[in-house]
Amino acid sequence: MALIEAKNLSVKMDNKLVLQPFDFSIDAGEIVTIVGPNGAGKTSFLRALIGAVPLASGQLVTRPGLRIGYVPQKLHIDAGLPLTAERFLNLPQKAEEKLLQETLEFTGISGLLRVQMRDLSGGELQRVLLARALLQNPHILVLDEATRGLDHLAAAAFYQQIERARSKRGCAVLMVSHELHVVMAASDRVVCLNGHICCQGSPEQVAITQEYKALFGDDAYGVMALYRHDHDHHHDHDHQHEHDHQHEHDHSDQAAS
Amino acid sequence: MLELLDNFMIRAALAGIGMALACAPLGCFVVWRRMAYFGDATAHAAILGVCLGLALSLPVTFGILISSVAMALFVAAFQARGYASDTILGVLAHSALAFGLVVAALFQDIRIDLMAYLIGDILTVGRTELVLIWCGAGLVIALLSWRWSPLITATLNHELAVACGVNPGREKLILSLALAIVVAVAIKIVGLLLIAAMLIIPPASARIWANSPEKMAIFAAMLGSVAVLGGLQLSLYFDTPTGPTIICLASTLFVLANLVAGWRVSAS
Repeated sequence: MALIEAKNLSVKMDNKLVLQPFDFSIDAGEIVTIVGPNGAGKTSFLRALIGAVPLASGQLVTRPGLRIGYVPQKLHIDAGLPLTAERFLNLPQKAEEKLLQETLEFTGISGLLRVQMRDLSGGELQRVLLARALLQNPHILVLDEATRGLDHLAAAAFYQQIERARSKRGCAVLMVSHELHVVMAASDRVVCLNGHICCQGSPEQVAITQEYKALFGDDAYGVMALYRHDHDHHHDHDHQHEHDHQHEHDHSDQAAS
Repeated sequence: MLELLDNFMIRAALAGIGMALACAPLGCFVVWRRMAYFGDATAHAAILGVCLGLALSLPVTFGILISSVAMALFVAAFQARGYASDTILGVLAHSALAFGLVVAALFQDIRIDLMAYLIGDILTVGRTELVLIWCGAGLVIALLSWRWSPLITATLNHELAVACGVNPGREKLILSLALAIVVAVAIKIVGLLLIAAMLIIPPASARIWANSPEKMAIFAAMLGSVAVLGGLQLSLYFDTPTGPTIICLASTLFVLANLVAGWRVSAS
């Protein structure tokens, strides 16, 4: 049975349909990445799947007893709330001692326990958030652009950590990301989102679809080049041409109008 | 032992401490969730609750609970219509007070001691009221201790809370309920105009010294109790209204705490 299965799900915000009806499911141990332009509904997609927004239509089936480890995009903590990393890790219930030690070691945050959450740097906060998610002993890790604000090196290290967490714990991973090249290489399945699911499949399959190229243009090309590096260079080259041409065409259109 | 309760000062002190203990943990959430204005609106609506209670010959406490719940429902309904929170609260808080004062004036056959509800009348707390105040305070403290960690989780982040099985809507409801009870308890002591002050000032002072949510609530309870006991003595000595005197002392403590903290920072 799938961990989470969405049937004909759609999401409305302020009476506006932000996600058209879609079907989606994720199995145990699978890494699925959501990509899409800004405003494509990526965050809404995640929020719908973890049951954090009322559904406009459809049905959400989760495996009974499913434990979710959620890593938010950012965590705003009110200046009035004193909270150490240690207290945060033990929310809402006290973490089991052995799991806690293991997780602290894995994420390398043992030295941060007494630091106030507001005083953590961006990278430190991400590791603490990941640690708290892992402390839920999750069947599935859900990450919403967890590397936002990290530099490329830190982001790459973070994704490696996610992969290690997956192989160690065997949990599934569902994440939203902007870092196309890193993500594409690490995912079992990529879902391309733009108000609806445009296409999905293995990274190789998705990277060559028209929908994907239409959404990401140059970026997509870069990803493909990286991804398929020494396989079919010629093929990539052709696309570069095509794309340049289209770009010029757009320009002349604009000038004419 | 029970003879002690014959002394009006002892009754007043016990009532005040009961209120301070209930206000402290709830006040922390009011600060953390930026509900100050909501607390004020709920307290202001209490005057309508008082009138309702008198009109229907119900206990006044019951009327206040109804008006508090009604306020929470109104706010939610207007929020759903897309108004900004502080606009809705600005409208509702002041309209509730205005309507309350007008309706109170319409009761010609029942005399309402308006000032007692506006700024409290702690010195006339009777034994029955004392029992009610402590029951209410006990209920609020029990409710908030029971939901303490889920409440903090829901305060931090909506999705984070949902993902680990906490229902933020239910936690919000619990806070609204606790607020309704606190308003009913505190109206007799500091009056509806100053309830929000009793909720916010002690936690705001406690924040300076606290490094955990729990310590903040405990410090707030201590500061609130000091304000109540000191305010009682001062109001007797200077012959000033007790409720406002308690709040004056609480805010003096707030300024002092800030001065000491500032002095310690510059000294180190």
